[in-house]
Amino acid sequence: MAKVKSLTDLKKIKENFQMKMDLIAKCDAPDSMFQVKIAMATCGIASGAKEVMNYFIEECSKRGILALVTQTGCMGYCYAEPTIEVTLPGEEPIVFGDVDLKRANEIIEKYIKNGELVDGIIPVNYNTID
Amino acid sequence: MGKYKMHILICSGAGCRASASELIQNKFELVLKAKGLENEVQVVTTACFGFCEKGPIVKILPDNTFYIEVKPEDAEEIIEEHIIKGRQVSRLLYAATINKEVVSNAQNSGLHKKQIRVALRNCGFIDPENIEEYIARDGYSALGKCFEMLPQTVVDVIKESGLRGRGGGGFPTGLKWEIASKYKADQKYVVCNADEGDPGAFMDRSILEGDPHSVLEAMAICAYSIGADQGIIYVRAEYPLAIERLKVAINQARQYGLLGNDILGSGFNFDVEMRYGAGAFVCGEETALIYSMEGLRGEPTIKPPFPTESGYKGKPTNVNNVETFANIPVIINKGAKWFSSIGTEKSKGTKVFALAGNINNVGLIEVPMGTTLREVIYEIGGGIKDGKKFKAVQTGGPSGGCLTEKHLDTPIDFDNLLAAGSMMGSGGMIVMDEDDCMVSMAKFYIEFSVEESCGKCTPCRIGNKRLYEILDKITKGEGTLNDLDLLRNLSGVIKDTSLCGLGQTSPNPVLSTLDNFYDEYIAHIVDHKCPAGRFKALLQYAINPELCVGCTLCAKNCPVNCISGERKKAHVIDFEKCIKCGACMDACKFNAISIQ
Ligand SMILES: Cc1cc2nc3c(=O)[nH]c(=O)nc-3n(C[C@H](O)[C@H](O)[C@H](O)COP(=O)(O)O)c2cc1C
Ligand code: SF4
Ligand code: SF4
Repeated sequence: MAKVKSLTDLKKIKENFQMKMDLIAKCDAPDSMFQVKIAMATCGIASGAKEVMNYFIEECSKRGILALVTQTGCMGYCYAEPTIEVTLPGEEPIVFGDVDLKRANEIIEKYIKNGELVDGIIPVNYNTID
Repeated sequence: MGKYKMHILICSGAGCRASASELIQNKFELVLKAKGLENEVQVVTTACFGFCEKGPIVKILPDNTFYIEVKPEDAEEIIEEHIIKGRQVSRLLYAATINKEVVSNAQNSGLHKKQIRVALRNCGFIDPENIEEYIARDGYSALGKCFEMLPQTVVDVIKESGLRGRGGGGFPTGLKWEIASKYKADQKYVVCNADEGDPGAFMDRSILEGDPHSVLEAMAICAYSIGADQGIIYVRAEYPLAIERLKVAINQARQYGLLGNDILGSGFNFDVEMRYGAGAFVCGEETALIYSMEGLRGEPTIKPPFPTESGYKGKPTNVNNVETFANIPVIINKGAKWFSSIGTEKSKGTKVFALAGNINNVGLIEVPMGTTLREVIYEIGGGIKDGKKFKAVQTGGPSGGCLTEKHLDTPIDFDNLLAAGSMMGSGGMIVMDEDDCMVSMAKFYIEFSVEESCGKCTPCRIGNKRLYEILDKITKGEGTLNDLDLLRNLSGVIKDTSLCGLGQTSPNPVLSTLDNFYDEYIAHIVDHKCPAGRFKALLQYAINPELCVGCTLCAKNCPVNCISGERKKAHVIDFEKCIKCGACMDACKFNAISIQ
């Protein structure tokens, strides 16, 4: 990795990264990517987020689904851990709570494959600054 | 969206369930079926919208319409009007604001979004182990911006923002930086206090786990403005994941040249190392923390000199809390004015709270200063568990006090909480309902202070122990009215004569419960009863002779052999000998034993 030597370098990284994410998020082609973010803070991991993350990675590849599975920090919904956020191409992200392996399977089969919602959606109840 | 054209989301949070959300769901499904729409419109349940006062709540996707106080009989109308004809049912829309377009759109309205995430802006959003995701969210650009300013200008921006320390004391951050910048020394330090020891608090941990780079960036900004080149993060060893993520972040920042020498070509050098605390609460106090970092016993010392003058290794040291730091890059990027437009007159910005206890939506929240407790508990927290009655909230952990019904509409900020006999503390909020005993709550916190006192000064070391003994006596029903005066007097002495914040604030839970729940103390002492039914010592196990079949199981299970009776005849418990272990109650298959 070349060192970031100036604000301009920093901006370049930012723009490259955003472009990459935009490509993932905006294109609505059939082979486009799904994004799955798993809340992996202590609270999430304690309630099984690691297992759920592994499950998503393995199952998506087994079932031939192109998905970008990443970890993230605490979303704040400790009462409903593990929580995950799924973004279908061209759609608003949706947060699901209490995701065990059974529900993870449901989310892959119903939501990711068919766009059908499943129970356990968490309404995002905060604004984040840009 | 897939095969369904529309979705009807129905809240199934505890609050809404209590008001028949299941019936509503059934009704919607029935009506859809009757109209042959079941393959076009799907009904799903969601978790709590945090707006339970106006529940049950129904949201329609994709147009984001938000209906409140929906009843089963409204299903027909919503489907007929909204789903089929595309016309909103205005009578059920949230009507507090005039602009219905905006209001019905829950995504954009301030309707139930009482929260603004500033310190938590990236938590749950970016991958904390990927520095590029942080950079993509404007990460490290604030640092770059600072290099284009004079160090003193950076200090001025922070001063102007009105940011106050989030570690408990609420000291103005800009002022602290200014003081630290004024001392001349060959070496200065920036320390991040990540010791977070309040029972029930996990704000700092979540920030470190979810957004470690924001803290690193802020430390570098602080270092630039005060003239330091070394940063130290003091984090408790019980936070392995936070430590791991910090290590990854530090390494990545070094690889990218965002820590180290000549950062962003500015000529400014800064690096960060970590120190681990062994989990003593007192080590969160800044002078004790510095001792602990130096390898000495974690004991507080007299201030002045403040660490800003003589801290780590006798050098000027600026200590700030994790959440304080997390706010810094935003202030630089968005400006002091933007920041100070949020909050109350003397408390600017937002505060992160860890909501815990008997509340439906336990979790991490961030609200503007000045939000009321009622909003936090009922509109974000989803109300009290099991529909019970709210009794009190403990804020400020062992240093704070309880806020009650009468404080529900007080705007939460540093000064209001102090005036109400509690304090902001680091942000733990423990919610208690009607079944919680306030005397036992006070006892719990005093026990904590007894265990965590470093023992350096007598009033704190011995005084708290005595407080504990008196409280213990009261909870066992052996207290006297005289004990109440004693509690007050002793509390005053401990507050006045202790060296550090731990001792000075440790009697607060006692004083505040005495002020707000005097009746409960009286009930324990005069009536030998715990109004909340919490106290084992004040309870008695008894066998109901009508239900008892004389199977002898309880007698066999009793560890102190205090149950007697003949086979097939009702048994009795000897109250004098009973140790209230509850083993008999567990053993009895006939529900013959109860607590009275
Ligand atoms: C007993 C005691 C425990 C403390 N624990 C913490 C702590 O865990 N984290 C923290 O940031 N500050 C803690 N503080 C406050 C620190 O002494 C110090 O004021 C703070 O770190 C300064 O940072 P701030 O101005 O950003 O809040 C504690 C103070 C006392 C008296
Ligand atoms: S007040 Fe308590 S914790 Fe603080 S220095 Fe004295 S004995 Fe130690
Ligand atoms: S276990 Fe229950 S039923 Fe059996 S003797 Fe004891 S109280 Fe009576």
